Amino acid sequence: MVSEFKDKYQLVIIGAGPAGLGAALAAEERGVKDILLLERDYFLGGILPQCIHNGFGLDYFGEELTGPEYAHRFIDRIPESTVQVMDETMVLDITPDKEITALNRHQGVQKIEAKAVLLAMGCRERTREAIKIPGDRTAGVLTAGTAQRYINIEGYLPGRKVIVLGSGDIGLIMARRMTLEGAEVDSVLEIMPYSSGLVRNKVQCLDDFDIPLKLNHTLTRIEGDKRVERVVVSRVNDDLEPVPGSEQTVECDTVLLAVGLIPENELTKQMGIELDPVTGGAVVNEQRETEINGVFACGNVLQVHDLVDYVTEESEIAARAVSEYLSRRRKKRRKKIKLTAGEQITYVVPHRIDYVYQDKDKKTLKLFLRSSVPVEEAELKVVDDRGQELISSRKKIVTPGEMETIILPLQFLDEDIEELTVSVTKASQGAD
Amino acid sequence: MEKKEIICISCPLGCRVEVRGDGENIESIEGNQCPQGREYAREEFMNPTRILPTTVRVSGGELPLVSVKTEAPIPRDKIFSAMDQIAQVTVEAPVKLGEVIIEDLVGTGVSLVATRRVLSDKKAADGEKV
Repeated sequence: MVSEFKDKYQLVIIGAGPAGLGAALAAEERGVKDILLLERDYFLGGILPQCIHNGFGLDYFGEELTGPEYAHRFIDRIPESTVQVMDETMVLDITPDKEITALNRHQGVQKIEAKAVLLAMGCRERTREAIKIPGDRTAGVLTAGTAQRYINIEGYLPGRKVIVLGSGDIGLIMARRMTLEGAEVDSVLEIMPYSSGLVRNKVQCLDDFDIPLKLNHTLTRIEGDKRVERVVVSRVNDDLEPVPGSEQTVECDTVLLAVGLIPENELTKQMGIELDPVTGGAVVNEQRETEINGVFACGNVLQVHDLVDYVTEESEIAARAVSEYLSRRRKKRRKKIKLTAGEQITYVVPHRIDYVYQDKDKKTLKLFLRSSVPVEEAELKVVDDRGQELISSRKKIVTPGEMETIILPLQFLDEDIEELTVSVTKASQGAD
Repeated sequence: MEKKEIICISCPLGCRVEVRGDGENIESIEGNQCPQGREYAREEFMNPTRILPTTVRVSGGELPLVSVKTEAPIPRDKIFSAMDQIAQVTVEAPVKLGEVIIEDLVGTGVSLVATRRVLSDKKAADGEKV
């Protein structure tokens, strides 16, 4: 490990998961010198090394990789790059002037100055406390990601008879993983009327192993003395409230919680940066720049992505923006454009468009969004503040579990536009 | 004649593809939006296969396990017998990325390969990075 660290860098990146790794390498390629990557764990790659399943990389690399392989594609390039890595290092504070306070056992407490900061801290899992499941405080209740680390990195099975709450991807993946390692998975419960995981995972993790997915069901009680002994499962009504009389008792020793991810934005909040209450990430412009000039964010700390490929793509957007910022190549628009989540849309990233594009090779802007409900025969639309439809596209199905994108040609953004509204509706019959 | 709805997993779109046919022949495939969907549905109807990702025990390594996968998809109904064979194996560290751990897993002709590297314990202690 190179130990000659400096106290000033052009770019400091917080977090060496896929977002931080991708951004560091992409920024270097775009000519950013002097990059420091700070990581709190003792290995690089973030969550990828424990995501041993395949299904990564189809979009970005055009081939199917496992999580560790995907991570290796980036980690292997670090030693031959100029990017410096400081691992086992915790960032305690970042000031709006971009002074970073970090702590590790080699350098102690240190202050690092940065011209640009990229927030790439990722996200963490919601816990039992976050969703307040009543009952006994027993052992055997853990998040799906924790169980994944136990099984795939540390090498032990944390339970024998399991129930999974939440049908997001991590819940589905862990239902299969526990089954393959010899545990019995009773069922996966999902409070919503649809699974929020990828189709592929529903098919290959549950259907393949005949694990029941119980939609409109939740856990209403956990019971046991020292260890989980049984749980109470209830059906929920349209308001997602448990229906009295629908309770069923399931004997089990382990509860896995896959009940959502929260972008890890403590540092962001400390800096006074505004967060979007829907994404839990910073409010950013099209450069993935927060409201503090020169402070950028990308990856799951900004919005929880369902594919790591999209994280890599976003890290490259942020890296390009950092290089434009550092070389002062940006030009502000006369009027900012606000992006609004319209009908049946929960959020759109970016939140606004601040800059005029200079690069001739950059002709489009990609909007990332999620729908609030599943819509079949969907029409995604972007309308400006004069009621003019700028672009629309059709999709056979749009679901909240799968992030959607709209590619907006930049030539449509004339200087008078101040707001764009994105919506998804059922396409009208007979229309082209 | 059998009719089966297969959800295509080739991309996040998840087309619902309807396949009609019997064990030997396919009569029709409908509902896919691209050639990949057609191919996937055909395969899934005739001979469903899966890549199997799991872990193998490591001795003398910086970590107790190495993540592995089958180099190619194996028949879906061989997954549990494959897991049984994999459970019998322990590899010595260091393990290289892509190293073959088991050749011809449960007679499928497919190799099980490492999907990461695991350094030996001593090297890890000397400060080499994972």
